[in-house]
Amino acid sequence: MTTAVSEKKPEGALASTANYLDERLGVGSILKNFGRKVFPDHWSFMLGEVALYSFVILLISGTFLTFFYQPAMTEVIYDGSYVPLKGAQVSIAYASSLDISFEIRGGMLMRQVHHWSALLFVAAAGLHMLRVFFTGAFRKPREINWLVGFMLFILGMAAGFTGYSLPDDLLSGNGLRIIDGMIKGIPVIGTSISAGLFGGEFPGTEIVARLYGLHILLVPALILIFIAIHLFMVVIHKHTHYSGPGRTDENVVGYPLMPVYVAKAGGFFFIVFAVVMLISATFTINPIWNYGPYDPSPVSAGTQPDWYIGWLDGALRLAPTGLDISFLGHTYPFGVLIPLVGSLVFLGLVAVYPFIEAWVTADKREHHVLDRPRNAPTRTAIGAAGVTFYGVLWAAASTDLIATFFQVSLNQVLVSMQVMLIVGPIFAYIVTKRTCLSLQRKDREIVLHGRETGRIVRLPHGEYIEVHEPLDKFEMYKLVDFKDYRPTIVRPNEKGKITVGTRIRSALSRIYFEDRISPVSQSELNEAQAHDHSPAIEATKQEQLSK
Amino acid sequence: MAGKDLEKSKEAEGFEHEFESGLAVISETKISDPGLAPHRVRMTDKSPKHAKNAERQVAVLFLLSVVGSFFALWAYVAFPITEDLATVRANNLWLGLGMTLSLLGIGIGAVHWAKTLMPDFEVSEARHQTRGSEDVRAAAVEIVKLADQESGFSRRKLIRRTMYGALALFPLPALIVFGDLGPVVGDSLRHTMWKKGTRLTKDPTGIPIKASDVTLGSVFHVIPEGLAEMHEHKLEEKAKAAVLLVRLNQEDLKEDEAKKSWSYDGIVAYSKICTHVGCPVALYEQHTHHLLCPCHQSTFDVTEHCKVVFGPASRSLPQLPITVDAEGYLIAQSDFLEPVGPSFWER
Repeated sequence: MTTAVSEKKPEGALASTANYLDERLGVGSILKNFGRKVFPDHWSFMLGEVALYSFVILLISGTFLTFFYQPAMTEVIYDGSYVPLKGAQVSIAYASSLDISFEIRGGMLMRQVHHWSALLFVAAAGLHMLRVFFTGAFRKPREINWLVGFMLFILGMAAGFTGYSLPDDLLSGNGLRIIDGMIKGIPVIGTSISAGLFGGEFPGTEIVARLYGLHILLVPALILIFIAIHLFMVVIHKHTHYSGPGRTDENVVGYPLMPVYVAKAGGFFFIVFAVVMLISATFTINPIWNYGPYDPSPVSAGTQPDWYIGWLDGALRLAPTGLDISFLGHTYPFGVLIPLVGSLVFLGLVAVYPFIEAWVTADKREHHVLDRPRNAPTRTAIGAAGVTFYGVLWAAASTDLIATFFQVSLNQVLVSMQVMLIVGPIFAYIVTKRTCLSLQRKDREIVLHGRETGRIVRLPHGEYIEVHEPLDKFEMYKLVDFKDYRPTIVRPNEKGKITVGTRIRSALSRIYFEDRISPVSQSELNEAQAHDHSPAIEATKQEQLSK
Repeated sequence: MAGKDLEKSKEAEGFEHEFESGLAVISETKISDPGLAPHRVRMTDKSPKHAKNAERQVAVLFLLSVVGSFFALWAYVAFPITEDLATVRANNLWLGLGMTLSLLGIGIGAVHWAKTLMPDFEVSEARHQTRGSEDVRAAAVEIVKLADQESGFSRRKLIRRTMYGALALFPLPALIVFGDLGPVVGDSLRHTMWKKGTRLTKDPTGIPIKASDVTLGSVFHVIPEGLAEMHEHKLEEKAKAAVLLVRLNQEDLKEDEAKKSWSYDGIVAYSKICTHVGCPVALYEQHTHHLLCPCHQSTFDVTEHCKVVFGPASRSLPQLPITVDAEGYLIAQSDFLEPVGPSFWER
């Protein structure tokens, strides 16, 4: 409109602010489009939120720490208020970390908030990943977002490890020593990479400052970018929802962003922060003053890395004795290389899993309704095998503590872990798959014949029956609404050839769907209800009895 | 479409584009969707009294947060940190608890507000297929084609190829500037501070050790003479030169003929740096004569030249040949005869 419509002044401070912002930023249309965006509700969707919020807490507490921390490895004589270390030769990095803990009000609190929320960040991201995996949320169109999330998990570990080493204490120094030992084992370039990282020989005087640069600039910047992409894709795809009445691949059912999710998610940020704060106020984490400054000679028994590095440390422990090979004048330390490559392969499989499953099912449709884990038995079993594999490696990082705590032989603990690393995943796969199939059968049973009530009734002619209570249609739909696949047989393509790909795909599809259990169909339901012991008849019988 | 397996999806009827459903089983008699379950009314929806109560609860929670904030402010001042370490704990605890209350009040208050007083009607919103509509895709293709035409990207091969070349090479200078991150280590990994005649001294004091001080079964953590006084590169040298000294019964030692002269009167010295990934092998078990690395539990048998008896390490701990000088102090006969610590390529 060009003709000046008598511009009404918006009334009130709120209205005029809104007007100011809309005329400059167009917030009106943003709010119109996003203000009532629908988000589904489920507790498992909050795991990703916890990860996001811990990252925010990390930024806040980390900024505080940068004001006091000094990333220098120059040796100084400690003269702070922690008496046991007075006069000790320590690095500036270590001394400033002690000062944050013992000289600055709230410094200890912020250090602990930072450390606890880092532990929480990786844990929440990992659990969020498991939720996405076990519910099939990674299926089309979200495969790329799975990769983004995967990168976030890796970056989370990287952020954790680079930060862990900054106080330059004995424990983290030994962690770096292990990293150095692993890097040196890499064929051809290992020695050079190690020299480049440490600025010469281990430990050198560079590493802390370099890790600091990575820890406060590069890694968090990458995490921020990936989080932005991650969330942007959530907006593009809209959030998934669990199967249930009224929920389809073409809609999203939940509560509007404003006001419900602003309040719930906003409030949840404060709750997560409060919980981290409570833990930090009451539980010590990483008491670097007990460990002492880094020195290559001493080490304390029962050393443990932060939890998310544990599985890598465990992998190192599980390698059998004597795997180093000398060949043509060079050393191949397979005792280090196998764990290293093995972990990378494991991570690689995690990253590409969505593409494997998509290839096997050949299902090109968009999937927005989540699977209950039992309704995808093979995927769930594969996930359980992966979790077991990771879990054994993780537990293996504590072989010494397990041995001392349970008073058993360290050697036996280690050997049983080695066995479990192979047997455990297979066992978990079989048990999980069978459990899922049984649960599916139970679901069918409940849909067809209703729930057992435990009430035994004697009929007039003397027969005893148990009364089954029929499901209402909403409950029933929850149990029958899932996607079902059947294995494919090998077929020649247009040229009349059977390719290797076809064979593999067909074999995989058999592994996946051979013993599938289909959802109850309407005809099956009708048949069951027509049967003598159908819930409807029993209900009428019961009515007659009660008269 | 090849084969019957590729049935069209019936579920995707609402979307413009139909995708192949692959191996999916499309049931003709699927139980029909009853639609959203009926809404269950909350107490706060039905009774104004409950609603008023919930409102008060939310307000109380927000007020608790205010109390927490003031408490935290007070605690910052009221619990200063002095020389007494207990004050750190008090400061940490009360400041932290105040902040906890301040955050928790807001958090629980907001969630309680949403759950009790804001409408809890589930809303259904249509999704749109991620794939663009045919028109949109055609328009996008047009834009790309037009850009190609206008720039001549496909047509002008010379420009295109030289550009690829330039783009492939320009990151190289950016990589080469990282060349000075660290010097080429060269031979230094093979050598330590130990040389002929270097006295064995105690870690960390640097006091020389007399052979007669080493009683049977005792263990000494050892550094080379002069290391304790170093300032530059002290830790790098220590990371290679740290040694563990043990005295055993001569008859317990099972020594190779060639290395018999490396020990002195049952006293043996071994590199303390694990041959696995370099942790200090600091735990000595007196009665099995085993050395254990606390990081990954590699175990070495001191009686047999520290060969690996358990754990992921492959190589024995390098032995430092020792003897005594005229004054009875333990000295090295030479440097280690092989590189210490973890395996590396050039070993």
